[in-house]
Amino acid sequence: MIWIAIRMLTGDRQKFYGLVFGIAFSTLLITQQLTIFVNLINRGATAVHNIATVDVWVMDPVSRTQDVIYPMPSTALDQVRSVSGVAWAVPHLRANAAVRTPDGDLEGVTVVGIDDSTLIGLPPTMIAGTRDQLMVPNTVFVDGVGRTRLFAEDIDPIGARLELNDQRAVVRGIVDVDPSFTSQVVLYTRYSNALNYVPGTRNRLSFVLARAAPGVTPEELVRRIESQTGLKARTRTDFAQDGVDFIIENTGIPINFGITVVLGFVVGIAIVGLTFSLFIRDNIKQFGALKAIGVHNGKIRMMVAAQAGLVGLIGYGLGVLMATLFISIGGATSVDFKGFYTPWQIPLLTLVGVALIIFATGWLALRRVLKTEPAAVFR
Amino acid sequence: MSGCAEVADNGAAISVTGITRDFDAGGQVLRVLHGIDLDVTAGQLTYLVGESGSGKTTLISIIAGILYPTEGCVRVFGTDIYSLSDRKLVEFRLTTIGFIFQQYNLIPTIDAASNAAVPLIAQGMDRLEATDRAHAMLERLNIGDQARKLPNQLSGGQMQRVAIARALVHEPRLVVCDEPTAALDAKSGRRVMDLLRDVAVASDRSVIIVTHDNRIFDLADRILVMEDGRITHDGTEVPTLER
Repeated sequence: MIWIAIRMLTGDRQKFYGLVFGIAFSTLLITQQLTIFVNLINRGATAVHNIATVDVWVMDPVSRTQDVIYPMPSTALDQVRSVSGVAWAVPHLRANAAVRTPDGDLEGVTVVGIDDSTLIGLPPTMIAGTRDQLMVPNTVFVDGVGRTRLFAEDIDPIGARLELNDQRAVVRGIVDVDPSFTSQVVLYTRYSNALNYVPGTRNRLSFVLARAAPGVTPEELVRRIESQTGLKARTRTDFAQDGVDFIIENTGIPINFGITVVLGFVVGIAIVGLTFSLFIRDNIKQFGALKAIGVHNGKIRMMVAAQAGLVGLIGYGLGVLMATLFISIGGATSVDFKGFYTPWQIPLLTLVGVALIIFATGWLALRRVLKTEPAAVFR
Repeated sequence: MSGCAEVADNGAAISVTGITRDFDAGGQVLRVLHGIDLDVTAGQLTYLVGESGSGKTTLISIIAGILYPTEGCVRVFGTDIYSLSDRKLVEFRLTTIGFIFQQYNLIPTIDAASNAAVPLIAQGMDRLEATDRAHAMLERLNIGDQARKLPNQLSGGQMQRVAIARALVHEPRLVVCDEPTAALDAKSGRRVMDLLRDVAVASDRSVIIVTHDNRIFDLADRILVMEDGRITHDGTEVPTLER
């Protein structure tokens, strides 16, 4: 009977394609929007993710995220270094500045100052140039966003000159990092250079990046640093989560994406519900005849479930495939989508949504079939 | 109440005793059948004729086990069908009764052989084996060469023959037909009825046909005329006025 049910469904191509499209579109919308949402809020922590070797981020007690910072006095570095269990600690600066581009335009940038001697804080992968070139005076590295936003496509940025706070900076490398939440251009330079590039106040140190000594957990180190220095310390994981939470709590992004996801669900219900109901209406006499002949309600339920299940499976597969392709192609071709990926939880969540759509619409359709009396076929 | 507790089995293939059927018509009870008594023997082609609204479709629905009577007893080959549970009654229909509908009610997206095989597939038979048997039945009905065609590629007469094949493929003991020639022209209708008579009528099987197609009355072994929910004539011919 399942074979008959499937043939009933696939034989009516218009409605079959309509149903598959409804589910696929719904899946695409839900998966794609959830993926963008998750990746976007994760960008609230890209600075943390881009530096993998650090166990603990130390900051002023009022600092909250990688971008919501209150600078500390330079003595904070020595305070942290003096805490037992610290393997090493280096200064790290993040500040906003305006850069004048080679064609005279002005662009807001984030300047990241990394430790002069160890270069800890510099992302590990380079697209162009080598890490040691950062030792050359007045050198800056740009990220991928800077590559596209500060320079025309046909211009090689390596060797280009920029102007920051009346200081000359020369681009000698491009680093491979995920963009920040605001997709602002990020310039990497040595800490001592950064102090010159950023308009100054007395305190300039944004973070102290620390590594736990062998045998000391990051959590334990956080506790020691906070109790001994009065500064705020966060493990890498917790600080990344702080950045994500900040975006969730302080922007309308969750609501906006949430609305689109709900819309995807509603559109799915509407398209699939309507088409499925039309399909059942068109086949109600056949279902009635089957009931008269002696197909019991259990088998009828199985038939409708098989029809709904098939549509759900194909539509879901196509939808997830399209969403994944969208994200993959977007990530490969646009710097805005760089680093985007689809976490496995999202297709699973979408599957639950699709199952709900299929269950709701299938149940509505089934009700009509079950209510049809076999005697109706003689009327 | 329906039931056969106080009615002795008289050995008829179909035994209908004291059947009434009421419908709710806007808050009023409308009695459509008034205490019908009827015995049908096997091996006969029995016609139920009468005007629209006379109750013949209601009666055949009750005999076929798809509409509960308000009162009375229905035995089909000795089984008190309305004492069966819903599930048992459905299984009884599947194994014992074949249905032929006025509008064929074939599944439009599967071919003729698969349509004819539906009762066997519903019984759990392997699809290929069921289709083979259905194909053989289509051969008997002279449309074996149309077995792979979809219903919309067949003429009305061919579709009705597929419906007949579906009704007979599982060798039911009772075949009920509702206006089998109503959608066909005279020639096709006659041909379909000739075939139905040849293939369906057997010594261990009853065939009951609801019709008001007087062109096929001469094929009946027995004709029951219904008026206002009662059987008013029982014979081998229709009274002159009815014709």
